This record gives sequence, C-alpha cells and structure tokens, in this order.
Amino acid sequence: MFGFVIRRIISTIPVMGMVALLVFLMLRLTPGDPAAILAGDNGTPQQIEEIREALGLNEPIHKQFVIYIYDIVRGDLGESYFFKKQVTELIAQRVGATVSLAVVTLIITILVSIPLGVIAAYRRGSWVDQIVMGFSVMGFSIPVFVLGYLLIYVFSIELRWFPVQGYKPLSAGLWPHLHRLILPSITLSVIYIALIARMTRASVLDVLGEDYVRTAYAKGLKNSVVLMRHALRNAAVPIVTVIGIGIALLIGGVVVTETVYNIPGLGRLTVDAVLGRDYPTVQALILVFAFVYVVVNLLIDLSYTFLDPRIRY
Amino acid sequence: MSRADNTDTPLGAEVEVDAASQAAASIKRLNLAQRLLRHRSVIFGGIIMIAMLLISIAAPYLGTIDPAYIDPTNRNKKPGYDAMVLDQNDKEVHRTYWMGTDALGRDIYSRVIYGTRISLVIGLAVASLSIVVGLAIGLLAGYVRWLDSVIMRVMDGLMAIPGILLAIGLVSLSGATIVTVIVAIMVPEIPRVVRLVRSIVLSIREEPYVEAAVSIGTPLLKLLARHVLPNTMAPLIVQGTYVCASAILVEAILSFLGAGISPETPTWGNIMAEGRVFFRVFPHNILFPGIFLALTVLAVNILGDGLRDTLDPRLAKRL
Repeated sequence: MFGFVIRRIISTIPVMGMVALLVFLMLRLTPGDPAAILAGDNGTPQQIEEIREALGLNEPIHKQFVIYIYDIVRGDLGESYFFKKQVTELIAQRVGATVSLAVVTLIITILVSIPLGVIAAYRRGSWVDQIVMGFSVMGFSIPVFVLGYLLIYVFSIELRWFPVQGYKPLSAGLWPHLHRLILPSITLSVIYIALIARMTRASVLDVLGEDYVRTAYAKGLKNSVVLMRHALRNAAVPIVTVIGIGIALLIGGVVVTETVYNIPGLGRLTVDAVLGRDYPTVQALILVFAFVYVVVNLLIDLSYTFLDPRIRY
Repeated sequence: MSRADNTDTPLGAEVEVDAASQAAASIKRLNLAQRLLRHRSVIFGGIIMIAMLLISIAAPYLGTIDPAYIDPTNRNKKPGYDAMVLDQNDKEVHRTYWMGTDALGRDIYSRVIYGTRISLVIGLAVASLSIVVGLAIGLLAGYVRWLDSVIMRVMDGLMAIPGILLAIGLVSLSGATIVTVIVAIMVPEIPRVVRLVRSIVLSIREEPYVEAAVSIGTPLLKLLARHVLPNTMAPLIVQGTYVCASAILVEAILSFLGAGISPETPTWGNIMAEGRVFFRVFPHNILFPGIFLALTVLAVNILGDGLRDTLDPRLAKRL
C-alpha cells in the first residue's frame, strides 16, 4: 500500500513535467518574438530586452527549459507585467474566493446528483428516470453564462432573494459569504450534476443486477438499506472517478462563473490576464490549474482503497 | 475491391462478387438509414441542425439587415420595437425589431441569425479536423510501438490542462482570428480522439481476421485502410458530434470572455458579451443568442446520443 502511494505520487511527475513542457513550448512555438509577446502591446524595447535576459531567451532552447523548470520548482511563477506583481502573490490573494466557490459547488453537486442518479437507476424507465436523464442532456447543453444570467435575472433582479453580483470573503461573516456564493455555485454545479447523476445511474444500474443485491432483497432488507449499503457502496469507484475527471469541467466553469458573478478569484484573474495580454500570468494559471487537476485525481486514485477494500495494490 | 489485387480471378467472377457485395452493402445501408430515421433523438437533433444550417445559409433572406449596421437613433430598444428607419437607398421604411437592438443600435435579430454561421462553421470545422488529426495520431500510436508511449505521454499532458484554459491560452498568444480560434478549440479535443482511436486499434489488432491479414502479408497501409479504419468510423462519428457540440460552446465562451473572434463579427458569444453591461435593464441581449446557442448545442448532443445508440451499441450500453 505504502509502496503504491509512493509510486502513484511519482507517476504524476512526468505528467506535470509534460504540462510544463507544453506550456513552455506554447510560448516559444507561437510565431513572433516571445519576449515581445510577454511584454505586451506597450512594452518598450528596454523591457523586451530585460525579459529576454530574465528568461534566458538568448540561450539554447533546452537550457531555457531547464531555467524555466528550475524557477517553477523554486516557486517562482514569474512576474505579471500587467499587475506589476509576482504571479504567486496574485494567486495567493485570489485563491480563497475560488476555493470557496469550488467547495460549495462540490457540496451542492454531490448532495443533488448522487441521490438523483440512485433514484433514476432504481426506477429505471419511469418518469423520474426520464426527467433525470433529460436534465442531464440539458445540463450539458446550457452554457454556464446563459444559465448564470438567467438565475441572476430571476432570483436577484425579479425576486430579490440574492445580491446581484459580487463577493464577500469569509472574514466578513459566514452568511454574507455564503449568500453571495449560492447562485454562482448553483450555476457552476449544473453541468457537474448532469455528469455525475448520469454516471451514478449507470454505475448503480450495473450493481443492481448483481447476485448480492438480489440476496440482500431476499433477506428482507429495506430498499433504502439495499440501495445505500449494497448498491451505492459498490458503485462508488466509477462515481468518484468521474468526480475527479469533472474537475476539469469545474475549472473551465470557474473561469466563466467568476466573470458572470464578478467574483475576484483565479478564474476572473485568468480572464483579466488574457484581456490585459498578461501572458506570464496566463501561463502560470494554466500550470496551477493543471497541477490542481492532477493532484485531485491523484487523491481520488488513492481513495479507491478506502472506498473498496477489495482493491489492493 | 480493386482490380489490381485480383488479376488471377476471372473477370466475370469478380463482377459477380462485386455486384453481390454491393447489394449486401446497400441492404445494410438501407437498414442503417431506417434505423437512424426511426430513432427519436436522431430525428429531433437532425431537424434542428438542418434548420440551423438553412438559417445560416439563408441568413441574408430572412428579413435581416446588415448585422454590423449601427443606428444611433435606435439604441437599446426592447424586443418588438417598431420604427421608421432609412434603408440602404435612404428610403423610409417600417421595421420591427423582433429581438430589440443593442447599445449601438444594431439589430439583435440580424446579429443572432448571422451568428449561426460562425457557430456552425466552428463546430463542424473543429469536429472534422480534430477527428482527422486525432485519427492519424491514434493510428500511429496504436501501430508504431515505439511512438506509442511518447504520443500518449504528450496526450496525458494535454488532457491535464482543462480544455477551456488551454484554448484561452492559445488564443491569447496568437491573437483571435477564426483560424486560431478553430485551432485553439481543436487542440484540447485531440487527445480524446487519439485515446479512442488507439483503444480501438489495440483491440482490433488482436482480432483473428487482422492476424490472418497480417499473416498473408497485407501491407500496413492496406491493413489500416481495409480492416482498422472501418471499425473506427462509428465511434468517431459519435465522438465527432460531441466534439462539435463542445466546440460551439467553447467558441461562445471565448467570445463571451472577450478572448474570441473580434467583437464586430456577430457571434452569439460576442452579442452576449456586449449585452453584459446593460443586462439588468435589457436582458434580451443575452436571452436571444443564449436560446439559439443552448438549442443548437442541445440538438447536437441529442443527435450524438441517437447516433451512439444506433451506430455504436456497445458504447451505448456502457453509458
């Protein structure tokens, strides 16, 4: 087990290395002078020369990559030419809002999607099932920002239940914090709910055909006990796997949701950086998000042994 | 069946075989078409897609005006607004703005109708290109052993970067034109196609009929074209539909965020991006393009589900 954990952690290194290489090459392979791209539209020749010096752009490309990796490993993600700050500092300022949004979204998603999926599987072919499946196709098709504006219009402007946009940190109190996060989280969770409800249904359906489920019913166990203890527990591994894969959707959604609701998080920072042609920040954020994705999926892989004791490494 | 390979067969026999196999093929095709046409999802998705295609082709004849025409006297009008306006020949004509106008007085209806073009072009281009490129890379990975691990590591790296972010990054580097947007949306989609193709290739190459083909010395290219490629078609068409849906969405997101095709071009995302500022008072700027966008993506997704059920029953069972 311990050996497996170590091996699994080590196996993420090549993936992260590849991500770093791709991000590195993205800038170098784009036609034009990388230093000029980094300096942005208002870069002076002097700035461009400084950037060239700092990134070692005059060195051969493999040496540049070594410098690049060395900086990342030291925790130096570069400097934002737009905000005139270290990118790590920018990220630290804004990571809180994004984490709050992601956590509330995950909670809503899991609370809604898993029961929906289980019920749909249990009542396969019924109207409940059809509604859940219909919702899941719709969830994939409604653009996050259209849904966001729709919710703002109905619940904030017409009904006045929620503030229209904006964000309050947790330090301003739990309720003001949550109150402004509810609509964005619902917006963000829809596509995720669609994905996980679908997977839960498929996975539980598979398990419901197993002999031990029939045995459990034959023993006279209640439906709820059979579904929760026997079916769902055995269906957990694929569901959790999809939750991990869905993190990519979540990250994409964060970028859009934070823009719609004006939340000063990492997603909003990404958009601001793109619009400000602040490429070092964009580059760093891509790395950070990819890192989060890889680490979450690593944790999920490691969780399999707890979810399903039959899995031994 | 090509003649060059069968020089030792009498010509008559060959013609007979050809006729028979063609007949068999046409029966099979008819069945497939019938099956497709009997499937509700295929019909529903197909009809909406055809309607969207017709709209995009016939855009100039659907009562639209120049989608970029700025009319300062009729700014921010609500849907259904009537006005007397000057047409191209400076003649006063009566016009109803079914979807209202935006902050520059441009007709939302015309912009939404013309926006159909960009969305469909992007969706279809990304779907077909990512399949062609993904197929080529996937075949290489599945058949050239030493390339396999290299290709798959690169694909793992690409897949670890959330698609929208990668697209945003690529567009922000190279500037947004329709070509760069297509490439930027395509790159994150390729790994999924590659993985699909590779997994099919790896399972097909173990099949007895492929082993038989190899053992009689079938050249690699012919083997791929005759035995491997046909097996990838059904899953790829299904995958292509999903890619198309996601590409239309991502393009709208890029435009909406301000990182897409230049703002003068009427795309659904651009119309919504411009409507953001006045959203509280004039929600129609976001509502109408939003409906078109959601409906199109929904139709493509449903079409994909229907195609999956009919073309690729194995996959349908798994989901």
